[in-house]
Amino acid sequence: MSEQIEAHVTLNPAERFPQWLTADTRPGFQGYLVNPQNLLEFARAARDELGYDLLSSVTGVDYPAEGKLEVVYHAFQTTGGPILNFKVQTPRDNPVVPSLVGIWPGAEFQEREAWDLLGIRFEGHPDLRRILLWEGFDGHPLRKDWKEAYYEDEVKPFKSRWPDGQITRSEDKNPLKDNLRFPAGFDPESWIPDGDEALYKGFRHLMEDSGSELKTDRVILNLGPQHPSTHGVFRMVVVLDGETIVDAKPVVGYLHRNHEKIGERCSWIQNMPFTDRLDYITSMSNNFGYALAVEKLMNVKPPERAEYIRVMMAELTRIDSHLISVGFLLNDLGAFFTPVLYCLEERELILDIFEAVSGSRMMCNYFRFGGVARDLPEGVLEQIKELVEDRLPRKIDELDRYLTKNEIIRVRCENEGVLTAEQAIAYSATGPILRASGVPYDIRKADPYGIYDRMEFDVAVRYHGDIYDRYLVRLDEMRQSIRILRQVLREIPDGPILAGKPQWQVRVPAGESYGRVEGPKGELGFYVVSNGKANPYRYHVRAPSFINLTSLAEMCRGSKIADAIVILGSVDIVLGEVDR
Amino acid sequence: MNGFGIVRGLWVTFKHFLNTYLEDFKAGKKRYFTDEGIRSRMDSKVEGIFTIQYPEEKMPVPEEFRYIPFLVYEEGANGEKNDRCTSCGICAKVCPPQCIWIVRTTDPVTKKPVPAPAEFYIDVDICMNCGLCAEYCPFDAIKMDHDYEIASYNRFKDNIYNKARLSRPVSYYAKIRPVNYAREEAERQAKAAKKAE
Repeated sequence: MSEQIEAHVTLNPAERFPQWLTADTRPGFQGYLVNPQNLLEFARAARDELGYDLLSSVTGVDYPAEGKLEVVYHAFQTTGGPILNFKVQTPRDNPVVPSLVGIWPGAEFQEREAWDLLGIRFEGHPDLRRILLWEGFDGHPLRKDWKEAYYEDEVKPFKSRWPDGQITRSEDKNPLKDNLRFPAGFDPESWIPDGDEALYKGFRHLMEDSGSELKTDRVILNLGPQHPSTHGVFRMVVVLDGETIVDAKPVVGYLHRNHEKIGERCSWIQNMPFTDRLDYITSMSNNFGYALAVEKLMNVKPPERAEYIRVMMAELTRIDSHLISVGFLLNDLGAFFTPVLYCLEERELILDIFEAVSGSRMMCNYFRFGGVARDLPEGVLEQIKELVEDRLPRKIDELDRYLTKNEIIRVRCENEGVLTAEQAIAYSATGPILRASGVPYDIRKADPYGIYDRMEFDVAVRYHGDIYDRYLVRLDEMRQSIRILRQVLREIPDGPILAGKPQWQVRVPAGESYGRVEGPKGELGFYVVSNGKANPYRYHVRAPSFINLTSLAEMCRGSKIADAIVILGSVDIVLGEVDR
Repeated sequence: MNGFGIVRGLWVTFKHFLNTYLEDFKAGKKRYFTDEGIRSRMDSKVEGIFTIQYPEEKMPVPEEFRYIPFLVYEEGANGEKNDRCTSCGICAKVCPPQCIWIVRTTDPVTKKPVPAPAEFYIDVDICMNCGLCAEYCPFDAIKMDHDYEIASYNRFKDNIYNKARLSRPVSYYAKIRPVNYAREEAERQAKAAKKAE
């Protein structure tokens, strides 16, 4: 080959676009600052010229001392590599930022979330309503001056607990007198709920003409929130033409507890058990992501044995989560609960291991900054070995034998809920959904963390982007997890499991960091900002289940209503994480 | 061939169904309501149905299993209870949902704090069983219990545990967590030996 391809253009954003970017020079901060008026231009250039095609996370930070709100974006290339971090600052009294939905449609839900929780208006957003809170909510809770009901103190630990801890129950404080606030002019007695009007109005243009030869009406139908097949308290508003879905909109937030505000009140270590409650099926993965984010700031590295234990737990979690996902897919197909229970048998054995190691089956709280909480008890490694060498592969093969060629599954799942690669990337889908659409993006390979760079495994990828391929990707991933587990079990060394001494108060230097792991559901990211104090200044969770829902409407359009349930099942959401 | 998928699916279910009975016959009577039977149903080699018939049968919990915390006291020679707790307050400060309340003892004459708790409350409605208090206690005075049957009739009265309700002797701790107890005792003796030198 005599021809040579030379790279004439630099892909370093700062060299390429000096007119738009200024480096973020605050100590401990990375990335670039962009002016709001240049944001759209820069975002388009970052996507089209630099190749940052997937917008991972959008969130905001409140800086009341400077009178500013900051919107933080993280984008990455689906071909691999580090993350691009850029920020926009806007005055706190009139926060307006151009919306990036036109460039990355995956920003839709995340911008709505930032509007809901921080009150940042995104100009040009097609549907800027509250997403997690209800319409009559007073204020934006992630602003630093907002105080919750039963507010006691700015940060934990509360002073009333020690040394003179006279017990009080929050319930005994009168909730209707001084702990509940309404917007000005709001009277709860005369208020009639009108929150859904705006939602239904968004469908008005679809209601007028059905376009069919028959004179039929289109119907708006609410699926959920109380519905057995929505995997929790989830609601989907669909416009129906007969049985065919014309358009759909997910409505979430019924389990909202403002995880992020709780996180900002808590100290660093206190957050660890709360991360278990995000996606309660994959608590070990959640611990992993949070520990990574904080360790980056603290600049500690876990000892070898801890790294191996971490990977072992994360991969067992992946198998556990995918077993549930495959089982419940059958539930959604109408094979009610018998097949799920066949999958749950092996999950039960995995949970036994988690219980022996961490003390709890699901709320593991096992990772610490710089290691793990305690060493593996005696006999657990042998237990895991037995599972990995015999029981789990047998189960996966059994599922494969029963399901993969089953004609009902093929008829119902093939070519249903299709998301093309372009759409999946545009909608910021990650995890098995992205990989089932033919994009081999796996953070364990693309931006390795822990000791994944030493592990030998393949990225599971399929190319049709339908429900069937998502199922196959999950099956493949379980097999790859077993491969990783075999290597871990072979190589796990002896030694300490924590860097340094156990500390109940850690010192985290000021700065920001974004820790991300390839969770079973997709990219699980933790964005934390520290100001050097005992509590995180900002704590944001990039929840894969939540962001994967952005593409739900796209997948459902044109499907029958019974298939929408299966499509939702194939997205594999956990409402604890969606609503946070 | 249409409909064959249904038949095959039913066959899978039927095989599982038969298997549960087969296993029961193979193991005989000892499969249920015996310790051996319960352990065999928690093993990774188990086949057939492996439900534990709670509450007639109970799953043995692993040593690290954690539930509500309890306070450890040393039994004195004359039956007095010497709390290990010095009311340093680390557990109350590290508790994520802040469910621990401690009243420190003050000397009635000098008004100086005494390293012992006057009262110790845990609101078990709020406790999230995370185990951070037990993990970071420097005196091994608070540990996580194995008793998970704590249902009560009155949540206002019964679910706030005071010191009397929370206290358990060291022997109880040694019984439920033998490995941890042995390790801590060895550490303590090593420390004492070092001090004596």
